[in-house]
Amino acid sequence: MADDIFERLQAALGPGAASSSVAHGIAVFEIAPAALTGFVARLKGEFGFDLFLDVTAVDWLPQAPRFEVVWHFYSTTHKVRVRLKVRVPESDATVDSLVAHYGSARFMERECHEMYGIDFRGNDDLRPILLYEGFEGHPLRKDYDKEHEQPLVPYRT
Amino acid sequence: MKAATIPIQAVGEKSGAFEYITTKKDELIGWARKFSLFPYPFVTACCAMEFMAVSSSPYDTDRFGAALPRFSPRQADLMMIVGTISHKQAPVLRRVYDQMCEPKWVMAFGACATSGGFYQNYAAVAGVDKIIPVDIYVPGCPPRPEMVIDGIMRLQELIARSQHPIATKEF
Repeated sequence: MADDIFERLQAALGPGAASSSVAHGIAVFEIAPAALTGFVARLKGEFGFDLFLDVTAVDWLPQAPRFEVVWHFYSTTHKVRVRLKVRVPESDATVDSLVAHYGSARFMERECHEMYGIDFRGNDDLRPILLYEGFEGHPLRKDYDKEHEQPLVPYRT
Repeated sequence: MKAATIPIQAVGEKSGAFEYITTKKDELIGWARKFSLFPYPFVTACCAMEFMAVSSSPYDTDRFGAALPRFSPRQADLMMIVGTISHKQAPVLRRVYDQMCEPKWVMAFGACATSGGFYQNYAAVAGVDKIIPVDIYVPGCPPRPEMVIDGIMRLQELIARSQHPIATKEF
């Protein structure tokens, strides 16, 4: 069942991706940033991947391009997951937003934006969601000092 | 009929015995205050489970007069900080502490509240005593109920030993 849908996915979407594989029971596609929205539209429309699970990023410092944005989708009909990966450079850490396809992407893109500094083109509300107003920097980047704190209340002396 | 040595209610003429006691003001007020600790639970994380265990019937903190949580800081004497405090939460904690009436005490419950625990990052305050004064620290991840009871008893000793001014300089 799962192998069947993976073979159909690779036959249909493999040519549009830089690489495709199956890792730990998840179909993995690495694609170019420009191909993202078209790829996701086909995943959702043709193959029934109707649940947006998560979007996060990996900081591969000092590699270039530095960031890898990772999406996970789930199909409630096929009961399988798909992972998409897009590499973006630090100078232009921007990918397209998926809010038009999945409404739940709005909050997860906000979290990814504040933690890694990835910009989501098309998401009009990228305010901090877990961090607070006035927090400087992106704490899950590898060059953020792990002991650097930004307290809101002055410490007692 | 055998006469009672200490009559439960006065009959006839008052004898004068056991009508007056003398004590020190600080001892009397301290004795009263140490048995009426109304805790305000500032519960943020997994230590809450242990707080529920310690405040329910098997361990029964009501024995120490410290069982009835008040969910308004204005009615509370003891602030129990149960769990990790993040930098985003710190202004709320400070404001709740400022709203509590004197006299007030603070217990840091668990490793995260006492020192930040294993958190040393952008998000967590490494010990609530950086923000508000703490009277008693209960370590553990989470602390056993016995440790919390020990903490309450040590706090009671602290209250019994301290001075209790009726009017302060700011009064």
